[in-house]
Amino acid sequence: MVQAITQVTGSAVPLLLDDIDTDRIIPARFLRCVTFDGLGEHAFEDDRIQDPAHPFNQAQFQGGKILVAGRNFGCGSSREHAPQALMRWGIQAIIAESYAEIFFGNCVSLGIPCVRASRANLEALTKLISADPRTSVAIDLLAQTLTAQSESGQQVKATVEIPPGAKQSLTTGGWDFLGQLLDGEPKVRAQVARIPYLQKFAV
Amino acid sequence: MTDSRNLFNKVWDLHACQTLPSGQDQLFIGLHLIHEVTSPQAFAILRERNLKVAYPERTVATVDHIVPTQSTARPFVDLLAEEMMSAIEKNCRDFGIRLFDLVDNRQGVVHIVGPEQGLTLPGMTIACGDSHTSTHGAFGSIAFGIGTSQVADVLATQTLALARPKVRKVEVTGQLKPGVYAKDVILHIIRKLGVQGGVGYAYEYAGDVFDRMSMEERMTVCNMSIEGGARCGYINPDQTTVDYIKGRPFAPQGEEFERAAKWWLSLASGQEAQFDDVVVFKAEEIEPTVTWGITPAQSVGVKETLPTIASFPADDQKVISEAFQYMDLKEGQPIQGLKINVAFIGSCTNGRISDLREAARIVKGRHVAAGVKALVVPGSQLVRKQAMEEGLDKIFEEAGFEWRGAGCSMCLAMNPDKLQGNEVCASSSNRNFKGRQGSPTGRTLLMSPAMVAAAAVTGAVTDVRELE
Ligand code: SF4
Repeated sequence: MVQAITQVTGSAVPLLLDDIDTDRIIPARFLRCVTFDGLGEHAFEDDRIQDPAHPFNQAQFQGGKILVAGRNFGCGSSREHAPQALMRWGIQAIIAESYAEIFFGNCVSLGIPCVRASRANLEALTKLISADPRTSVAIDLLAQTLTAQSESGQQVKATVEIPPGAKQSLTTGGWDFLGQLLDGEPKVRAQVARIPYLQKFAV
Repeated sequence: MTDSRNLFNKVWDLHACQTLPSGQDQLFIGLHLIHEVTSPQAFAILRERNLKVAYPERTVATVDHIVPTQSTARPFVDLLAEEMMSAIEKNCRDFGIRLFDLVDNRQGVVHIVGPEQGLTLPGMTIACGDSHTSTHGAFGSIAFGIGTSQVADVLATQTLALARPKVRKVEVTGQLKPGVYAKDVILHIIRKLGVQGGVGYAYEYAGDVFDRMSMEERMTVCNMSIEGGARCGYINPDQTTVDYIKGRPFAPQGEEFERAAKWWLSLASGQEAQFDDVVVFKAEEIEPTVTWGITPAQSVGVKETLPTIASFPADDQKVISEAFQYMDLKEGQPIQGLKINVAFIGSCTNGRISDLREAARIVKGRHVAAGVKALVVPGSQLVRKQAMEEGLDKIFEEAGFEWRGAGCSMCLAMNPDKLQGNEVCASSSNRNFKGRQGSPTGRTLLMSPAMVAAAAVTGAVTDVRELE
């Protein structure tokens, strides 16, 4: 059993762009590795080189734990290197308008909650954290809320969405699926007996 | 009693072993394909937990992403690539997994190899640590990409924890116009439904256009399901499917094949099959299509001009402006005539023999335009061999193309084949993301292999029909 994750609290990094693909999160040349160690420093490397104002370049967003993104975040390649790079950079949770499916699943397997918020709330949140990077953002997975409070006392409160399966897995510490799958072995064996191509097409 | 389930749900039900506490199903995986990039960390998880591979005969490995296409002499010049290569060799040895390595003529891009060898069969669940696993859906299988933690799950248990997606029927009916290929059909679908239109769905491609397609064309379509956001896409098995599989090395043989074929055909979605959603396109509306932006949905017909930013909904305008800026293109400019620097023919989308034949037909008797670098990278060693037997290599080389070894190559540029600076590449691959082809400022125009051939010989985006 891994740790149950019911909330994540910390400062946030604003990256409210749409269709950010995993090639951008971690360019392919950094996939030439046999461990995930060291990927953190290359997160968004090419975007950062081309855009000095990229939030991952800015001193005030270093140490951010929550990434605020747009629509279809993590699309493209299935590379788990992408959430691994974000995690190793320091990201512990993501708030976005929507996610690509494989990326979302990879994040759950790593214990990174990905919640959805409305565009209007994401814009309000981005405004707040851009104005005050020390804004503290709290995601409560059980209540499905996010609360952001800037040092000057300004607030954004919103509801967030997370699919029930992911919520259950994260909040009960069931997000390391391997143990559960191993336990299912007798049921798997029973199913194998019913699958035609595993039985010379004679069932 | 008639079965109102579509193929997807029939196959899913057959592989669901139990419901997990999360509400997800524990799904048995019939075929697991692995390659050198997304597997080493999964084997590390197995070693850490002292686990074995549960069904070693149901995992097959090959090498493709990092493979140099000029010289495969070992050790590779790129020492990081060499380390990955040694890792997969050792992992396959230690865990008893079949590996098609560089000295095995069955090596190639994993999604070309599976079908070619008869490993990919209808009615299977197929997983691979690669998003283009959707390719295998062309056979009427449920095939999808997974991350590395899930690769470890499959190795250790041959199962995955997954939520059942909804199923959308994407129908294309009518007659495709001359010069319009399977690639144009899928680019058109993505353009219309958007890059996230398929999230949460599996796509069933149906209608007479797909019925008439060869297996290779069907693979091109299913391959790019993921570009439309759908983790898997499939086509119902029919006689074309059965004929393609017959006699392939790992396919069932003799009487077993007869039994298999009967079962495969029985899986197809029937007249009464239910879907969560249905969309219909007319084949006649599809043009030879070219992407101009940084997502595969940002495309136009070759005769069209680029859209204006204002023509998009307010929410989309930011990403559209970003695309124009990155590509250094202007609103309203024609796509035809846009100069290219590089032409790439290959990838799991369009690196099969029929793709090379079609490109060679256009190239024959012509020459690559001055200043254009053009390369052909066959999808597998067997595709390469077949092409050479047909003399296609000569046609390409005489025209000034480089004829390379099999692999992923400039589709994602993990090997030495890369764009330089902000070069523009006409590419038969599947992703036009920023930096995808190896230069952080490189620009990719996706199109059919015939259109890439036309661009190569004219030096600019060209309507292939004008060269016929
Ligand atoms: S050819 Fe391209 S898309 Fe296909 S597996 Fe290789 S890198 Fe991925």
